[in-house]
Amino acid sequence: MQLRCCGASGCRSAGAEALRTALLSARDQLGGAAEAVSIKSVGCLRLCGRGPLVALDRPEPSGAEPACRTELYAELRPEQAADLLARATGRGDALAAQRLDSDHPFFALQKSVVLEGCGVVDPESIDDALSHGTYAQLRRVLLDVSPEQVREQVKRSGLRGRGGAGYPTGLKWDTVALQPPGPRYVVCNADEGDPGAFMDRSVLESDPHRLIEGLAIAAYAVGADQGFVYVRAEYPLAVERLRLALRQARSKGLLGAGIAGSGFHLRLEVRVGAGAYVCGEETALLASIQGQRGTPRPRPPFPAQAGLWGAPTLINNVETLASIPVILRQGGDWYAAIGTEGSKGTKVFALSGAVQRTGLVEVPMGTTLRTVVQTIGGGVPGGEGPDGGVKAVQTGGPSGGCIPAHLLDTPVDYESLRALGSMMGSGGLVVMGDSTSMPEVARHFMRFSVNESCGKCVPCRAGTVQLAQMLDRFVERRASLVDLERLEELCRMVGATSLCGLGQAAPNPVLSTLRYFRQEYQAACRDPVQCEPLDACLLKEGTR
Amino acid sequence: MIAPLSAPPSAPSRADLPPEADLPAEAVERTSRLIRQHGSRSDALIEVLHQVQELYGYLPPGALAQVARELKLPLAQVFGVASFYHLFRLGAPTAHRCAVCLGTACFVKGGGELAARLERRLGLRLDDAAGNGTWALEHVSCLGACGQAPVLVVDGHLEPRLPVDDPAALDALLGALGLSANDASDAGTDARADGSGTGAR
Repeated sequence: MQLRCCGASGCRSAGAEALRTALLSARDQLGGAAEAVSIKSVGCLRLCGRGPLVALDRPEPSGAEPACRTELYAELRPEQAADLLARATGRGDALAAQRLDSDHPFFALQKSVVLEGCGVVDPESIDDALSHGTYAQLRRVLLDVSPEQVREQVKRSGLRGRGGAGYPTGLKWDTVALQPPGPRYVVCNADEGDPGAFMDRSVLESDPHRLIEGLAIAAYAVGADQGFVYVRAEYPLAVERLRLALRQARSKGLLGAGIAGSGFHLRLEVRVGAGAYVCGEETALLASIQGQRGTPRPRPPFPAQAGLWGAPTLINNVETLASIPVILRQGGDWYAAIGTEGSKGTKVFALSGAVQRTGLVEVPMGTTLRTVVQTIGGGVPGGEGPDGGVKAVQTGGPSGGCIPAHLLDTPVDYESLRALGSMMGSGGLVVMGDSTSMPEVARHFMRFSVNESCGKCVPCRAGTVQLAQMLDRFVERRASLVDLERLEELCRMVGATSLCGLGQAAPNPVLSTLRYFRQEYQAACRDPVQCEPLDACLLKEGTR
Repeated sequence: MIAPLSAPPSAPSRADLPPEADLPAEAVERTSRLIRQHGSRSDALIEVLHQVQELYGYLPPGALAQVARELKLPLAQVFGVASFYHLFRLGAPTAHRCAVCLGTACFVKGGGELAARLERRLGLRLDDAAGNGTWALEHVSCLGACGQAPVLVVDGHLEPRLPVDDPAALDALLGALGLSANDASDAGTDARADGSGTGAR
């Protein structure tokens, strides 16, 4: 019998530590059969909104299939520790009401590839990670596979960057590998700053060794012998677990000189950010790793040509790198068979906002938004109608947009979302119900961009401030139709002339809400009678 | 809600930088030691600043000068980095600090109302580092705890799922967290609000 207790940030804030302590002491007190129950700390068990979560693995009577049955319990309190242990040892079932249905679409429709070890392995134990096969692919490629062959598998997999832009990973690796001889660096971008995104945090907190393995394989494939993981400071637990994992990997000879008996060397370091969203932009991130202000610079040269200290540098996102060990284990073709024509594999989403079930969701690319938001997420609590009370789904954070309910049947892939004026982004999906006002949402994101603009280029530094002030007029219902025109004009200007992705994408939340919820902007004009067409100005009740 | 762009924290001019003699000798010594631990490499500047801030609670001007000298960097560069990143504080913090998350999930779940309520309750302004003398309230853009929205961080401790829709329960909870104005008259109103809230339940 085994109890797997979620020890990731979400459940921790809901009291997972106290629960685990209570379980340990209850086991000591109960003795007898309870002694045989192992209590293990694991990473995210997905349904973050109902933490703390514990999974109970119970062996079935001999001969039964499957041999082991897993039950998941939600919202456990420390005083229920004894009841849970009683259930584990087959005595009593006092917690039936808190047991989650593992056949529910929230669990049944998920496909764990990146999150394979998440909620299964103990993130603080390299021995546990090794027993689940982590580092096996690193050892194999170092001894038997050439860097070209590794890159070939990654190209075959069709994997595209999971940080948001979707650049083909294999192509990027080739670009770095084929630069003139000299030093190279690998960098993992773990500066997950999009509000509403917590996929990378979950991977770092739940399965850090998988990420290290992926990064080490990437370093081998491009010929780098030094690398950095840049993590945002807002994720202290992730930083702590990653640092621990790096120490463990070094002590096992899986990092450092002559890894696993090969001639390959790799030094990895953690760099912690200091609260600047713009450092998720790759050139700003490189400046920050070098101890400077995190301001972006024009590209080209791209980091793949001239990155850290002028050397070719490979930058990949956490989820991208965490996909690598599976791709090498199963083969690129296996991975390419999942997903759609242009977007292969699975994608991890962080589902939150006005939705019944919030948490971490990994599904094949091409799954419709409706499946994710309504079938898996359960729609808006208390929401009715065919769209489950969903008004819009925000994807891509401050660079993305709001997709209205009538487009929920859109498959989630890079191109479809871009065609709707949003973007995949890193994977945050924030559900909005009828009471959310779209001009307010737009202003919310614009204020975010005002705060996070680094100040280097004028369109972004000054333009976002002007846009935020114009949006104030709409939110406060003192705008005029001229403001609507100016708003669109300025959005286009800021998007076209800003230096980096932050400024270029900052108008997206405004443009997408203007595209799908224009009547809300018109109704916010001082004199809505001027609006055309008039009937579009009649606003649904409940929208402020 | 927006931090004023035009007003960076008061920049110390070279003349009024206090000498390190104003800093505790032990802290100065520890700063030197930690810089040496980083091999005095200038690319470790951000890491060094994190550790110095841990030492003092903020980055005193004298400590910035010491870091600049020992990392062999121009003071302007050290100050430029310290003032660029949101998490570095250039002034002494208040005794207690509270951060309200205004990420998208928290925003959808009433984070804005929560911030406004805390402003009234504590008698301070959001993102004003001086706060009410005891408490300061700042916003954060996302803590990745979106599954628990809306959330607060009170003196470093994350408080999940605040009951924004139930004012009485919210007031009781905020009171229990010690989030009350130190001003006597405000505290009185708050106490009444708490009293009626708990009485009603």
